[in-house]
Amino acid sequence: MFARVAASAVLVVTLAAFDGAAAQTANQAPDTMAARVEACTPCHGNKGEGTSDVYFPRLAGKPAGYLYNQLLAFRSGRRKYPPMNYLLEFLPDPYLEAMAEYFAGEHPALPQPVPSDVSKEVLAQGEQLATSGDASRNIPACVSCHGPGLTGMQPGIPGLLGLRAAYISAQLGAWRYGTRTAKSPDCMQLVAGHLTEADVTAVAAWLATRPALDNPAPVAKGTYALPFGCGSQPN
Amino acid sequence: MGSKLSIALLALAAFTTSVQAQDKDIIARGEYLARAGDCTACHTAPEGRLFAGGRAMPTPFGTLYTSNITPDPDTGIGKWSADDFYKTMHSGRYPDGGLIYPAMPFASYTKVTRADSDAIFAYLRSIAPVNQKNRPHELRFPYDNRQLILGWRTLFFSEGEFKPNPTKSAEWNRGAYLVEGLGHCGMCHSPINALGGTSQSDAFKGGLIPMQNWYAPSLTSNREAGLGDWSIKDITDLLQTGVSARGVVYGPMAEVVHNSLQYLDDADTKAMAVYLKGIAEGSTPPPASTVLPNTESSLLISLGKTVYDKDCASCHGTQGEGKPPHWPPLANNQSIEMQSAVNPIRMVLNGGYPPGTKGNPMPYGMPPFAGLLSDNEVAAVVSYIRTAWGNRGTPVSAREANELRSAPLN
Repeated sequence: MFARVAASAVLVVTLAAFDGAAAQTANQAPDTMAARVEACTPCHGNKGEGTSDVYFPRLAGKPAGYLYNQLLAFRSGRRKYPPMNYLLEFLPDPYLEAMAEYFAGEHPALPQPVPSDVSKEVLAQGEQLATSGDASRNIPACVSCHGPGLTGMQPGIPGLLGLRAAYISAQLGAWRYGTRTAKSPDCMQLVAGHLTEADVTAVAAWLATRPALDNPAPVAKGTYALPFGCGSQPN
Repeated sequence: MGSKLSIALLALAAFTTSVQAQDKDIIARGEYLARAGDCTACHTAPEGRLFAGGRAMPTPFGTLYTSNITPDPDTGIGKWSADDFYKTMHSGRYPDGGLIYPAMPFASYTKVTRADSDAIFAYLRSIAPVNQKNRPHELRFPYDNRQLILGWRTLFFSEGEFKPNPTKSAEWNRGAYLVEGLGHCGMCHSPINALGGTSQSDAFKGGLIPMQNWYAPSLTSNREAGLGDWSIKDITDLLQTGVSARGVVYGPMAEVVHNSLQYLDDADTKAMAVYLKGIAEGSTPPPASTVLPNTESSLLISLGKTVYDKDCASCHGTQGEGKPPHWPPLANNQSIEMQSAVNPIRMVLNGGYPPGTKGNPMPYGMPPFAGLLSDNEVAAVVSYIRTAWGNRGTPVSAREANELRSAPLN
């Protein structure tokens, strides 16, 4: 803990020093986070807005705590995706926090959703599950944790707007099969474990059709109570 | 009488305090040396407890699982003596005489002094014990027969503590001790033959690291990672912070700087730099170009310049001059020019971050281009940077680029 605090202090001092170094020489890399995270941009976009690849998620505007948890999980290999595991392997906690803060603070416009290629019936099933859940199968509604506007909640619950169906479906699948896990109690693994493949297709399709909001910012911590415990969002 | 007793008690207290202080010093020294030996790289699993082992080590012969070296009496080394520990370091044998697989770098650690071995042991005794059973190795037949290690040892293992070279300075010898011993640099920077060994005459001559598909360049050839033409400051910068005016560390070397080298003090880092600069062979004249670029490689290089100007020049400069230390120069960069093109191809495909270190806590990253460039474009841009600006590398083929797309990333 002490090391962590000390390291954070070093980072703060370093950041302060960067602010002071306004006059940069042309032969130096710019002292900015934007320049430091260029390694992220081919897949996630310059401001974390996402790219044309439907499997790479938007990062911009998600809660910093959520992004930080993902960076830690990729670094340790708990969340498996070799290109991410490789990039982060030797980066220290305070730097990962700074990266998370950086993308959390970017607010490029949300994309307009593309029309879904699934049937109206499937979309309706997705909407039903996402907004009301299915108590008979122990499936809570997405909105009960991710918020009525699906914007997420600080510090650990991500918004679901601006994601493509392929990405959502792949992540729900990863939870069902245990290749994506999170801190215990791993709420998403519990939820995904109750979903059938048809449920996943329906929910992913409906979520991807949600229109962009004027204010997609995650709501403040404690705005609403979660229906059950979640390791990523301690009370 | 009373005053005599108090004096005696005071003396005893002072003695105890000094013994405790001495123990503390030895433990601190041991921790420093354990870092120099990078024990944690293998003996701590991802998200695992410190030194509790269990990390999978894929080898061409099967998977090894590292052992628990915490002081737990049942599953760790809690029942070991300092003699037992020295025997594993020095002779590559368990306390019962059993043979240790040479994935444990005892061929290097054999050079470690008894005093340093004892300090590392004292440190390991001081950490939290973890009760975690060692996982059995999963080696294929016939490599699961430990007797085979005897053959390996006959061919490749020469037991013995480091012997200083009296014709060299104390600093050079300290560097040699660290590089050849605890640093076990030769484990990667020497060619590995089909038997998984390195012959003495090939020490530090470079080689492809098995299973990882990164090329560990020669530390003796200035055409690879030989540091003969580097300043001492550039070498110490690279070792301590991971970045320098001449280049940055990446791939498996990022791990070494992250877990080990960044913690070494200035004197030891400089000693290593002096030794590494010293073992580099004098600059050799470049070999004459073996093949003139044919039409195909001319076309490739021309496409490469287009890719470079669009995707690379904004950081690495139109003349490959870079913006060091964070955006490394590519012109006159040995890592780009050397005979093996594995590393430059992989850097283009996979990108990468140098390690975050005390001296460089927020490193700059190279983007991965695997998803943006075709095999042909990767080959083209690598061919271009290997031959432009006076660089003396050779063009590479799209097939080489394609083969490395499936190289393991971790």
